Amino acid sequence: METTTAEKKYTFKDFTSDQEVRWCPGCDDYVILRSMQKALPEMGVKKEDVVFISGIGCSSRFPYYMSTYGMHTIHGRAPGIASGVKLANPNLSVWIMTGDGDSMAIGGNHFIHLLRRNIDLNMVMFNNEIYGLTKGQFSPTSLIGQKTKSSPYGNTQPPFSPGELALGANARFFARIGGNNPKDMTQIFIDAHKFKGTSLIEVLQNCVIFNDGCFDEVTDKEVKEEMQIFLEHGKPMIFGKNKDKGLVLNKLKLEVVTIGENGITQEDILVHNAKEEDKTLHQMLVRLEYPLATGIIRSFADVTLEEREDALTAQVKANSKFKKTDDLFFSGETYEVK
Amino acid sequence: MITTKTILQPEVLEAVVVRFVGDSGDGMQLTGTQFTDTSAMFGNDIATFPNYPSEIRAPQGSLYGVSGFQVHIGSVEVSTPGDNVDLLVAMNPAALKTNLYAVKPGHTIIVDTDSFTKKNLDKAEYKTNPLEDGSLENYRVIQVDMTTMTKEALKDVEGLDNKSITRSKNMFSLGMVYWMYDRSLEHTVDFFNKKFKGKPHLVEANTKVLNAGYYFAETLELIPNAYTISPAKMVPGTYRIIGGNTATAWGLLAASEKSGLELFLGSYPITPATDILHELVKHKHFGVKAFQAEDEIAGVTSAIGAAFAGDLAITTTSGPGLALKGEAIGLAMMVELPLVIINVQRGGPSTGLPTKTEQSDLLQAMYGRNGESPVIVIAASTPANCFNFAYEAARLALEHMTPVILLTDGYIANGSAPWKVRSIADMPEIKNHKITKVKENWSPYDRDEKTLARNWPVPGTPGMEHRIGGLEKESVTGNISYEQINHEKMTHIRAEKVRLVENNIPELKTEFADSGDLLVIGWGGTYGSLHSAVKQISDEGYKNIGFAHFNYINPMPKNTEEILSKYKKIIVCELNAGQFVSILKTRFSKFEFSQHNKIQGLPFSNDELIQQFKLLV
Repeated sequence: METTTAEKKYTFKDFTSDQEVRWCPGCDDYVILRSMQKALPEMGVKKEDVVFISGIGCSSRFPYYMSTYGMHTIHGRAPGIASGVKLANPNLSVWIMTGDGDSMAIGGNHFIHLLRRNIDLNMVMFNNEIYGLTKGQFSPTSLIGQKTKSSPYGNTQPPFSPGELALGANARFFARIGGNNPKDMTQIFIDAHKFKGTSLIEVLQNCVIFNDGCFDEVTDKEVKEEMQIFLEHGKPMIFGKNKDKGLVLNKLKLEVVTIGENGITQEDILVHNAKEEDKTLHQMLVRLEYPLATGIIRSFADVTLEEREDALTAQVKANSKFKKTDDLFFSGETYEVK
Repeated sequence: MITTKTILQPEVLEAVVVRFVGDSGDGMQLTGTQFTDTSAMFGNDIATFPNYPSEIRAPQGSLYGVSGFQVHIGSVEVSTPGDNVDLLVAMNPAALKTNLYAVKPGHTIIVDTDSFTKKNLDKAEYKTNPLEDGSLENYRVIQVDMTTMTKEALKDVEGLDNKSITRSKNMFSLGMVYWMYDRSLEHTVDFFNKKFKGKPHLVEANTKVLNAGYYFAETLELIPNAYTISPAKMVPGTYRIIGGNTATAWGLLAASEKSGLELFLGSYPITPATDILHELVKHKHFGVKAFQAEDEIAGVTSAIGAAFAGDLAITTTSGPGLALKGEAIGLAMMVELPLVIINVQRGGPSTGLPTKTEQSDLLQAMYGRNGESPVIVIAASTPANCFNFAYEAARLALEHMTPVILLTDGYIANGSAPWKVRSIADMPEIKNHKITKVKENWSPYDRDEKTLARNWPVPGTPGMEHRIGGLEKESVTGNISYEQINHEKMTHIRAEKVRLVENNIPELKTEFADSGDLLVIGWGGTYGSLHSAVKQISDEGYKNIGFAHFNYINPMPKNTEEILSKYKKIIVCELNAGQFVSILKTRFSKFEFSQHNKIQGLPFSNDELIQQFKLLV
């Protein structure tokens, strides 16, 4: 078998495994899979250096469909396993593929600590606001009143907003993208790979069986441009079919304005700074309901855990008299028995 | 100032047990450790056991706030910290009250009379002062106004506050004990110089108090310097005193160096296992990657990730943590990755007795996972051989591509003993199953014929990209398979793989009688107690009693049945309600097993064991 190098130009086929894909027909998961397979050749990473780790759920079948290294693990625990992989070999490009239940219910604790630590790896969260693989129970992102198999009279538990939770846990990179938008999704995957630190990408993923149409109001092709604002670093926060709407700060709130009305010009519109350390505005964007913010909302370059650990290790190694275990075992308070 | 109830006679002793007890803030652990190290350097054999409350600073003077450190030193082989105490140093009434039971009648108690105030007596729930009411008539009580004399010794040292003065009184008691057992002060003075480097007033103060205690004991002819404990006969070599948890950590370091694999530890703090984490984090110079995770589950899962990526992966915990790790250990078993899980057992169930010892996680280690989920289970049996068995756990995990659970316990983890230092060159080889060259029709589940261990291609290796997971897999390709016959086949393969480990472990040995009337069986941390009891009963003339101690639980040594068949009766002794005996009964149903069990958070005592054995012979 031929060995691969980063110089070799891969195509998406190089990342496609021989396993039959078993998601339901029409599921957005297919879009995520294909976007990832298209993004990987653009990343300049060797195929053997790519690792996909997943937990349990529909999303977590993902590693089987990639021809890279991968592990399908246990419910909610992919962040721990992925952290171990990355810390053991920092040269790897590590991806956690997870869902809303896997990451924020059973794996909620690992989720927040992963983001807090800032290890250089990536997490793609397939948010469909439902449990699919167990056939339709409400999840931590299901809406109040939502009727599911486990809430036949309507859900009574208020949801998490994944972005708010992530930013609260000090996520350095957070992006949100519609599950029907492969072009931007592909680019976001590439950007997430390039970003040093933990990247979280929330995909608004439609579940055709148990929660069909849950994002239609914002992701449907007909309304998408009016209902979403696609953020790009350094560009004004403008949206709408005619690119005539924008965001301004009014007191402590984001407000939608129309360019050309009430004396508003393009100069008045906020410019997106994803790289800003202060996350106040990023949090406002994450919370915004109309328009829904998509794209890379936050991308703040911070020191990673590996960088801190490496620096410490180098320092300890340089100052230590212990090179081999024998040096340690025979050091200090030993005594001779004759 | 000082009274004795009996006249002392000079004694030559083979071994003596000294226990230092006081408030948890009185520095008893330090005092005990110093006496231990000094005696070890003198050439004595040593076994120690600290006994402290789970509260960090329990209310002063209270019965439950008493902290103790026991050391057994001998000119002969010493295998336990000892049951009964020859010398008790009690710093307050509560310490006296909670430890008096252990003192041999006629033996010595040193008390600090300054602490026997009305208030402290009340806290210790003494109605009358035991120093005055005659209740200690059967002991040799040495009453010393230690606090007063410590203050007196320090009156000329500048820069000390009242608290540091009072707190150094433990060194007064240590000085006395050094004189009584003819020990040099040198080691402890060196220790002060290191510990209080740059604080000369503290070096001076502690040295003064230590000397004051030493000279005080010397001045009073009532305490003769005649407890002679000669050096023990030990195998020549370089030794050091080592605690069980440190030995465990060092065994892992040795395995990492010998195998050429980097060491990854994923762990979460839990008593009494945390000291292994504390030790390993120090050794970044060996490339140790120690990751303190957000919980027990992330501790083990990060280790599984590191194992997938090719490191020697470890997770450390105690009982409740092992329960949390169960599902992930099942995953490691299912994907067949090498993983070492160290469980320092403590009293259970639930939170149980965090600082006390017990052997009640054996069945959890064996069976505490969903599905048919066999793993290798081994157990260390002394503080020093925690080194060997941590190394062995790593060796077996790597050579057989499977999780290995190593059981130690609070007793051996916190105890210490002389360790004949092992050089890495003398340690056995450790192989592993990493592969880098792709063959035709290659699969991650290709197996070694002898061991059934699968190969171990790690991420970063070109051409070996593959997926593994917790779902059942087809036996050859490793692809997901729900096929019924395949599942049964895979279940058998995983069981057989663990069974075959019996070809890679030593046979079971017996001590004392190699056949006869009674076989005493133990496993894990009770080795010292059982060995010393069987030795004693054997010395008393019972020559038909043998002793077999298990370090390998799953699988068991190949000759187990043969050993069992050589004795008329078998007794299995455990610090639980009968867990190992239940495994033996299932595996070897043609034998009858008696059992002796203790579930008090304490090790066995010699007397209780001998009494049991005598009932059977």
